[in-house]
Amino acid sequence: MYAQMVTSEGGKARDEMTPEECAFQDRIDRGERIEPKDWMPEGYRKTLIRQIGQHAHSEVVGQLPEGNWITRAPTLERKQILLAKVQDEAGHGLYLYSAAETLGVSRDELTEMLLAGKMKYSSIFNYPTLTWADIGAVGWLVDGAAIMNQVPLQRTSYGPYARAMVRICKEESFHQRQGYSIMMTMARGTADQKAMAQDALNRFWYPSLMMFGPSDKDSVHSAQSMAWKIKINTNDELRQKFVDQTVPQARFLGLEIPDPDLVWNEEKGGYDFSQPDWSEFYEVLKGNGPCNAERMEARIEAWEDGAWVREGLMAHAEKRAAAHAAE
Amino acid sequence: MSSEWPLWEVFIRGQHGLNHRHVGSLHAPSAEMAIQNARDVYTRRNEGVSIWVVRSNDITASAPSDKGPLFEPSNAKVYRHPTFFDIPDDVGHM
Repeated sequence: MYAQMVTSEGGKARDEMTPEECAFQDRIDRGERIEPKDWMPEGYRKTLIRQIGQHAHSEVVGQLPEGNWITRAPTLERKQILLAKVQDEAGHGLYLYSAAETLGVSRDELTEMLLAGKMKYSSIFNYPTLTWADIGAVGWLVDGAAIMNQVPLQRTSYGPYARAMVRICKEESFHQRQGYSIMMTMARGTADQKAMAQDALNRFWYPSLMMFGPSDKDSVHSAQSMAWKIKINTNDELRQKFVDQTVPQARFLGLEIPDPDLVWNEEKGGYDFSQPDWSEFYEVLKGNGPCNAERMEARIEAWEDGAWVREGLMAHAEKRAAAHAAE
Repeated sequence: MSSEWPLWEVFIRGQHGLNHRHVGSLHAPSAEMAIQNARDVYTRRNEGVSIWVVRSNDITASAPSDKGPLFEPSNAKVYRHPTFFDIPDDVGHM
């Protein structure tokens, strides 16, 4: 998902827990929300910083593939809509950074860890957006997959994270609908336009399935995160739900899911489908995806080129405060 | 030089005359910029008609460990709730 393969720290059996840790787990089991000043195990705090940080970085880096098309949107209306969507993503990044900051890490520290390659963002944003139809596919599939993950996270145990998710989910369905609207227009357009829509689906289908991360049914990290309720569903559950929801939407468009083995399984009440190429996923995570270098360069450039603005505005504010104090 | 902007808490009053409500936080160099940024981030969909910002450092919060001494006393004073008093039905609506 936007947070993939987050390593979770802790993972103790109940009889190894301190009384404090037991009481903490009991609070979570009762469905209580944990708030910033409450006592929490160090592992819970660290795992959350990693997960929320990765989620925030994904929102911010996720602006890049879409920003690529703002100046090239086919109509003024589409351009305004895409601008609004990309602005939302910046806002989502902010909500999440703010939630992470309540855990005692600063915004600048998080940014610096991303730029130093010590924190990750979602693999999906290392794929290029080659045509306008890709903007449709990103909204429809990538935001669709994000919603699958984020809706249950509204019930996550950490209060500030859950509240950020509520806000994000409210805005996210606009994103998915605008993507699907682009796909509808293209699928109903000329043969060339329809072919572009199909091509975008072909390229984004498996990377979208990868967003949920590899199967984690046997992962100790996932088990710990689920015990802490900072992960609510397994990766496989969410991926299955995503496929089941998306296949009829593709059919409505008259587009074909690029999976010859996709077939309805009456018994399980869901589709059987092919797994993505997980070796590709690990390569992308390692930094060898089509756009990893480009994305990091863009973030580093923005951070370095913006330094004088950050410093200048701070200096100005301090000068004015000093002048005000002297009056 | 460290140039991390200070953190501000943002409060918004919605359309219907309710109290300002905490909606989140953001970084900004000054109060004026904090209001500008809050408008851009927290009122993109008509969420509010008024914004307050306050430096996060200026907020004093109660400690979670004080929950007992702070809030228990009100638990014991059930007579503060109108349902404590039995009023006969014959009296009519009160």
